[in-house]
Amino acid sequence: MTEPNIPVTEDELHAYVDDELPAERRGDVEAWLATHPADAERVRAWRAMAEALHARYDAVADEPVPQRLALDRLARPQRRVIYGAIAATLAAFLAGGAAGWLAHGVSTAPSSLQAFTFDALEAHRLYVVEVRHPVEVAGSERAHLQQWLSRRVGYTIKAPELDAAGLKLVGGRLLPGPHAPAAFLMYESPNGERFTLYTSRAATPTTQMRYMTRASDGALYWSDRGVGYVLSGPDDNKDRLQQVARAVYDQTEKNGG
Amino acid sequence: MNTFRDSVEAMIPALRRYARALTRDVDVADDLVQDALVRALRSERLFVGGDLRSWLYTILTNLNRNRRRSLARKPLFAPLPDSAAGASGTEAEACDIARALATLVEDQRAVLLLVTLEGLSYREIAEIQGVPIGTVMSRLARARSHMRAALDGERPTLRRIK
Repeated sequence: MTEPNIPVTEDELHAYVDDELPAERRGDVEAWLATHPADAERVRAWRAMAEALHARYDAVADEPVPQRLALDRLARPQRRVIYGAIAATLAAFLAGGAAGWLAHGVSTAPSSLQAFTFDALEAHRLYVVEVRHPVEVAGSERAHLQQWLSRRVGYTIKAPELDAAGLKLVGGRLLPGPHAPAAFLMYESPNGERFTLYTSRAATPTTQMRYMTRASDGALYWSDRGVGYVLSGPDDNKDRLQQVARAVYDQTEKNGG
Repeated sequence: MNTFRDSVEAMIPALRRYARALTRDVDVADDLVQDALVRALRSERLFVGGDLRSWLYTILTNLNRNRRRSLARKPLFAPLPDSAAGASGTEAEACDIARALATLVEDQRAVLLLVTLEGLSYREIAEIQGVPIGTVMSRLARARSHMRAALDGERPTLRRIK
């Protein structure tokens, strides 16, 4: 038995077991396994593991689907949302250097704004897991929501349009903030990813955008003329977080928050 | 009639299997599937082609991440292992597999199940988890190596911890 010219890597062993290996390399791997008993044993164990998983869980797929999962029961009247009209200007803006724009905010953040961000992340963690009652007022009542929150927080709240980022407004709620009531808006993507925007009067007049992370959540926060903003979302894709925060920033700035 | 809904419906058994293995709890798993289906139906008009199967697994994966985050805040509600010790024969082997799965961290468990149980490609899983393929490969390698250790040599250790 001749050795393959190129040694077989562990990744290739996995790919071999999972049928992801290019056909022309399969022969090499088989030759390798014939002369490397430890690797052959690993491959055998991985296959046995897959069989055991099927043996344990395939029966679940054969069970009759419970009544509560019937689609007719789950379907609700669809809310009409217009998507797909992506503002070309905004898209072009987002494609530009958001990274550089973030990087130059390096002076130290006032600690009160950090405490503010901490509250916002807490609210994010608390409400993002809610399936049935994530908000007090639904996004379908946008005008009412904005009017109500504006009245309570004491400045104009206009829920940003984040359709271009694939996010629609779930709705909002009022929360206690560190200095004054806070407005809390939740957005959601078709994949179930949720982002929240927390805004309230802040002690800090104006700052650059900064980043904070906690557990698996990330937040970008800034303040603008005495109003603080915290955009929180999943921390596993920072570009995405930045993209959304940038869209929020651009719109709140325009509205003179 | 409604091809979108039919395609979603055809996926329910596989989604239930994946959710059950992921959570190892019948009720939690079906809650998860239910939430995923509600979201999928709600987002029907946002789904513009592409792979429906991957999309559904993506929704379920995100929902499970949210769920686990809420569990972390309420440790009292952590799910119990779905089988008692002391079973015998094939039942015992099945318990071992479930218990070994429980020792994996979430992302590794998801990769292992999506590859071996659901038969998704590495590329599809990379998209579902929003990570590069290299990360999927290393999660898979770690998952298999931990599982093997849990199944082979470390049964007494596991029992003692329990």
